Amino acid sequence: MAGKTLYDKLWDDHLVKQRDDGSALIYIDRQLLHEVTSPQAFEGLRLANRKPWRIDANLATPDHNVPTTDRAKGIEGIVDPVSRIQVETLGKNCDEFGILEFKIMDKRQGIVHVIGPEQGATLPGMTIVCGDSHTSTHGAFGCLAHGIGTSEVEHVLATQCLVQQKMKNMLVKVDGQLGKGVTGKDVVLAIIAKIGTAGGTGHAIEFGGEAIQNLSMEGRMTICNMAIEAGARVGMVAVDGTTIEYVKGRPFSPKGESWDAAVKYWRTLHSDLDAVFDKTVELDAADILPQVSWGTSPEMVVGINGHVPDPAKEEDPIKREGIERALKYMGLQPNQAITDIKLDRVFIGSCTNSRIEDLREAAVVVKGRKVADSLMQAMVVPGSGLVKAQAEAEGLDQIFIEAGLEWRDPGCSMCLAMNADKLGQGEHCASTSNRNFEGRQGFGGRTHLVSPAMAAAAAIAGHFVDVRELLN
Amino acid sequence: MRAFTQHQGLVAPMDRSNVDTDMIIPKQFLKSIKRTGFGPNLFDELRYLDEGQPDQDSSQRPLNPDFVLNQPRYKNASVLLARSNFGCGSSREHAPWALDDYGFRVIIAPSFADIFYNNCFKNGLLPIVLEANIMEKLFQEAEAAEGYELTVDLQAKTVITPSGESFSFDVDDFRRHCLLNGLDDIGVTLEDAERIKSYEDQRRETAPWLFGAGQ
Ligand code: SF4
Repeated sequence: MAGKTLYDKLWDDHLVKQRDDGSALIYIDRQLLHEVTSPQAFEGLRLANRKPWRIDANLATPDHNVPTTDRAKGIEGIVDPVSRIQVETLGKNCDEFGILEFKIMDKRQGIVHVIGPEQGATLPGMTIVCGDSHTSTHGAFGCLAHGIGTSEVEHVLATQCLVQQKMKNMLVKVDGQLGKGVTGKDVVLAIIAKIGTAGGTGHAIEFGGEAIQNLSMEGRMTICNMAIEAGARVGMVAVDGTTIEYVKGRPFSPKGESWDAAVKYWRTLHSDLDAVFDKTVELDAADILPQVSWGTSPEMVVGINGHVPDPAKEEDPIKREGIERALKYMGLQPNQAITDIKLDRVFIGSCTNSRIEDLREAAVVVKGRKVADSLMQAMVVPGSGLVKAQAEAEGLDQIFIEAGLEWRDPGCSMCLAMNADKLGQGEHCASTSNRNFEGRQGFGGRTHLVSPAMAAAAAIAGHFVDVRELLN
Repeated sequence: MRAFTQHQGLVAPMDRSNVDTDMIIPKQFLKSIKRTGFGPNLFDELRYLDEGQPDQDSSQRPLNPDFVLNQPRYKNASVLLARSNFGCGSSREHAPWALDDYGFRVIIAPSFADIFYNNCFKNGLLPIVLEANIMEKLFQEAEAAEGYELTVDLQAKTVITPSGESFSFDVDDFRRHCLLNGLDDIGVTLEDAERIKSYEDQRRETAPWLFGAGQ
C-alpha cells in the first residue's frame, strides 16, 4: 500500500464518521471567529435553541471593520454605524456564549490569521476553520485549515464537526534556491501564474521542495494564505524544526510533558516518501523573479522585467476577452513595461504580508530613503497589536515614519476596504494583499499585488522597480 | 432550509468567466448582520453605474444598460447560466444569500469555486456543473430565444430544455438528500452526538494539548 500524504494523515486523525454516501464527519480542533461572517451563525444557534459544543475551541477578534487610526476611542472610534454594529455584535455574542475574544482595545487584537499562529492557538496537526477563505494560512503549520461559509460556522459551533468530502492531493514542489530579494509572496504569485486561479480546485495543496523548506514560518504562511487564490481551499507545509521552533513558548502552546508528547506527534506530520499525489507541479526557485500583478485576477502576474500582455497575441477567445477587460479596468496599454506603471498609493499589510518579517523586509528597503512626492499615500498596517509592539521595539516604525509612510493600527484595512481605508476611482496601488479583483480595494480602484519589499521599493520610486536594485 | 425538488424558470446567461464573490456582492454590503435583503445589491458594481451604499434605495439608482440582468427580457430570471470558476474568491455566504434573495434558484456553470459551491447547498440554491460543450449550447439557445426556460429535476438529476432535450448532472448523495428534504444538516450531525463525544474523549487522552492546554 502506498504511503500517506500529509493531508491523508490529518484527515484520518480527525475522521469521526465516514458515511456511506461518501461524505464524512470531521472533527474541528479550532475555530477562529470575526465580526463579518459570524453574526448570522450565532443568530442561527439562538433561533434553534442550541449551545456551542466546546467553547474553548473558539477564539474571536474583530478585524475587517476596525479603523486603523484613533484606536484609543475603542468602539466609539468606528465612524460607520453599520460597521460599529457588527463589531458590537461580535462582542455581545462572545460574551453571551463565553467565547474568548480579543476585543478592539486588547493589544492582542489583530487579523484572525495573524493572531492564531502568534498565540499558539494554531498548532501543528490541528483542523482549523474560520469563516474566511484565507484560513488556508494556518496550513503552514502542518494543519488542515480552510475557510467555511456562515452556515458551516454555525455547524461547527453547534457540533464541533464539519461535513466534508475528501479532496484530492496535489503537490507543488519548488526546488532550488530563491534569489536575493525574492520572497514567499513572489513564489506564490509565480505558482498561481503557472497553474491559474482554478488550478487547485478540489485539491488540498502541499507546498514542498527545498525553497519552501528554507522559508521562515512567515514566508510559508504567505504561501499557504494564497492557496485559495489558486483555487485550493487548503494549502499545507510539512512540519519541521522551523515549525516547532516557532510554536515553542507561545501562550496557547503546550508546556512540559504535554509539549514533549506533542512534538513527538508533530514530527510525523509530513507526507510519506512513497505517498502518491493526484497532481504534481514543479517550479525552479532560481527562475522566480519579483512578481507584479497587472490585471484583475491573481493569475494575471508577470516578473518585474516583464510587460503587460497584448490581447492580440492571445489565441483563446475567452482569455483574450479577459485580458481586454482587465486592461480596460486597470487603465493599462498592451506591451507597457511593468516598471512604467505609476502608482498613487502603497499598502503594506493584510493577512498575507503584515507579520514582523514582512515589516522588516519593507523597512530594509525604505531605510534612509523618502517616499516619492508623486504618491498620495503609503501606509503600513501591522497584522496585530503584538506585531505592532514588536516592530516598535525594533524601531521599524521610526524608519517608516521618517521615510514618509503612515504607521497604522492593526486590522484588515485596505485589503478589502471595509473600513475607511480605500482607493479612489482609477487609483493604482501597490498592495501586499492577496486579491486584485475589480473594486476590491475601493470602487474603481486598481490593485497590483506584490511582496512587501517590492511595495516598499515602489513607494520610493513612485512606480514599480526591481527591488533588487535597491538592496545592494 | 427550503427544500428543492424541481424547478422550472427563465434563464439568464452571464457570459463572463471567473466571476468572483466581490463581484457577486461587494464588501460594503457585508456589514449587515442579517441573512436577507442582499438581492438589490447582487452584482452591484456591474448592475449600477454609481457606487452602491448599504441602506440606500437601489430602485432610484442609475442602471448599467449593458448588464445582462438589466435587460427586460431577463426580468424575473431564476436560472443563471455562468462560465468557469464561478464564485471564486472569499468564503462569504452573502454571495448565495444575494443570489437567492434576488430570486435565483439554480446556477449552471462548467465549474465552480469550492467554498461557493458548498455554500449554495446550505441555502437551498442548486449549483449544477455541466460540460463546456453543453454549456455552449445552452448559452446559444438562451440568447437566441426570448423567454427561454429550463426545467431542473433534482430527484432525476436532469436539466431539460424547452425542446425536451435532457442533460444529466452529478451531485453528491448527502447534499442531494438534504436539499430534497429541506433538512437542517446540524440536526443530522447531532444524531451522531455520541460518536462525536467518544472521539473527543479519546483525543483528550492522546492529544491533551488540543484541549485548552497552556491557556
Ligand atoms: S486581511 Fe484581507 S484577506 Fe485577510 S482576512 Fe482580512 S480581509 Fe480577508
